[in-house]
Amino acid sequence: MPEMTLIDALREAMDEELARDPRVFITGEDVGKRGGVFRATMGLYEKYGEKRIIDSPLAELSIVAIGIGAACAGLVPICEIQFADFIHPAFNQIVNEAAKMYYRSGGMWNVPLTIRAPYGGGIGGGLYHSQSVEAFFTHVPGLKVVIPSTPYDAKGLLKSAVRDPNPVLFFEPKKGYRSIKGDVPTGEYTVPLGKARQARTGGDLSIYAYGMMAHYAVQAAEQVAREDGIQCDVIDLRTLLPIDKETILASFKKTGKALIVYEDNLTMGYGAEIAAILSSDGFEYMDAPIMRLGGPDVPAVPFSHPLQEAFMPNPNKIAAAIRQLAAY
Amino acid sequence: MPTDVIMPQLGESVVEGTLSRWLKKVGERVEEFEPLAEVTTDKVDTEIPSPASGVVLAIYVAEGQTVERGTRLAVIGQPDERIDAAPNNVSAQAHAAPAAERSATSAASATASAANAQRYSPVVARMAAEHNLDLSRIRGTGLGGRVTKKDVEAYLAAQRETPAAELAPWEQPGGGDLFKPTDEIFAAANAKPSAVPASPAPPAPMPSELSGTLVPLSAMRRSIAKHMVESKLHIAPHVTTVFEVDMTRTMAHWRANEAAFAAQGVRLTLTAYFVAAIVRAAQAQPTLNSRWTDDGLFVPNVVNVGMAVALNDGLIVPVIKSAQDLSLIGLARQVNDLATRARAKQLKPDDLQGGTITLTNHGVSGSLLATPIINQPQSAIVGVGAVTKRPVVIADSDGNDMLAIRPMLYATLTFDHRVADGALGDAFMRVFKETLENWR
Repeated sequence: MPEMTLIDALREAMDEELARDPRVFITGEDVGKRGGVFRATMGLYEKYGEKRIIDSPLAELSIVAIGIGAACAGLVPICEIQFADFIHPAFNQIVNEAAKMYYRSGGMWNVPLTIRAPYGGGIGGGLYHSQSVEAFFTHVPGLKVVIPSTPYDAKGLLKSAVRDPNPVLFFEPKKGYRSIKGDVPTGEYTVPLGKARQARTGGDLSIYAYGMMAHYAVQAAEQVAREDGIQCDVIDLRTLLPIDKETILASFKKTGKALIVYEDNLTMGYGAEIAAILSSDGFEYMDAPIMRLGGPDVPAVPFSHPLQEAFMPNPNKIAAAIRQLAAY
Repeated sequence: MPTDVIMPQLGESVVEGTLSRWLKKVGERVEEFEPLAEVTTDKVDTEIPSPASGVVLAIYVAEGQTVERGTRLAVIGQPDERIDAAPNNVSAQAHAAPAAERSATSAASATASAANAQRYSPVVARMAAEHNLDLSRIRGTGLGGRVTKKDVEAYLAAQRETPAAELAPWEQPGGGDLFKPTDEIFAAANAKPSAVPASPAPPAPMPSELSGTLVPLSAMRRSIAKHMVESKLHIAPHVTTVFEVDMTRTMAHWRANEAAFAAQGVRLTLTAYFVAAIVRAAQAQPTLNSRWTDDGLFVPNVVNVGMAVALNDGLIVPVIKSAQDLSLIGLARQVNDLATRARAKQLKPDDLQGGTITLTNHGVSGSLLATPIINQPQSAIVGVGAVTKRPVVIADSDGNDMLAIRPMLYATLTFDHRVADGALGDAFMRVFKETLENWR
């Protein structure tokens, strides 16, 4: 199996889907000749031509609106939003049109749309290139929200997202685009949406994370296993909506202690929902207060490097939280 | 600054206690909330936690000495610290107003540590209910000494190695204290002898014709002996009536609800049903719930049910207060709580007071029938025997007699004949019986 970066795995998924299904097309800012600002679509324009790899105006609203219209007309669009920070002009299209189409048409119209957007901080991107936006969309029934953390999952999940008959938001941890590498099988395979992944096994406490934080959680878990003998279960959530309650609760029933890690602002972040599920459905297994580690409640990830480091959760901060929870 | 260790008030109406044992010596290190001394009152043994971390600088009260609340017992401080003299003056002053404040602080810290020790996570509470564990016996390794899930698992693993699982206190044989001949009671005394101060009373003469050892009497043993002799020989003319109860419906209800109660952290036992049946019977026949006084019968407007709990070194009767206001789950919770704390020696004297009638469930030791002794100043005690399957003659819907196998028990009411006559006692027991036979 060849080793690939996360971004190469994503490109391979799109390449294979474009080849498999002539209805699939890609649109977004600079996705054509330039190959996207992160080079996710590099080479696809040359291979599939201007009718299937379409440069868009600098207007996120129209990128998504075109995708919805094309999807209703029978095509399978992959819309790229250059940074998740810029998705907000399209919020109305996503929430009011894409998410509700199947429901309000009584099942007559569906929107097989995939929206890809790089998200997250730690890359020196400052206020408008570092945001985490998943919590806005995981609140909306009718959407699916996916965040891969490994190249294997990135390829398999993106292919599932493209094939899903309803809208999928596919957020990619951009800090990991080139830093995360892993084995990816050549050719066809998919990873099902709605299933979390057991990234590490241990009995002392459960860590729930996704994206870059899933990597950091595994690193921190290895560190405390070496230094303190604490063994952690790490659950990489992979699909944030729909939620894989079964896997989440199975781990908690085993350990009775939960640490939820996400880099978004702590308050009202996605981890709050995991905490709520654990306390309602897992109450009788609870052995410690459910703990969340997230970004501070400040308006944005700062540009200054030391301040950015202060904002971002990292393996050291996660290890400290693990020790605290294990001792409770 | 050195910290005084003050004799706390151990209950609303308890003003003195005997210092039975010092757990630390002068010069020894002690941590805050660590047990420092054992104190015995009329019926309860309790521990006094250290109010501070440090070294025991001085001890003012010797083992065996009985002191009033507010008395300075010891001083905790740093090894090089000097302490002010005149401890006896402090003791004397302690009776004045400031004593109340000092003892309140001391009592508050004791309650705080007890409360922390008794706060358990949901998983620990559930495991305790499932395995019928007394959590106060499990050493906690979590933050601040809390008992974690792992501690419970380790405890269970250790228990599995020792074969016989321990019964809950209220399921244990009654130790026979209420039921054995008096000479057996004295022979069976097995209390921690060293923990008890030397008695000021002259020792009884050793029977010279026999060889053997003299086992010193615990405060609890003496107290039980005194109360039994008083009640049976000097106060109340005892009379007993016996009823047979078909437990089919109660057992069915119990089995159907045991798991649901356990899910709420409550261990449902038959004791809760017996208490509920006593409440109903006492409400129908309040005379059996009354107290004899020379001026007249005092009839309380509450039913406070005493519940005999066997301990290793005796017997104690904590009281379920206002049992008439409690649902079955409320009663079960009280039964669990009182029995657990009775075993852990964490009862407060007030837990033992105010009873209006008593239940003794001697059936757990296999006894079918017993005639217990009334717990003064009450007028009646209900004894329930073992539930055993027996062939009984019942009638089918057409009125034809037939044999059936039914879970049966014998229940007795032993009451003060000054207070009530046989017919009244029987009327009480008819309600008790009907409540259990028609439980839904």
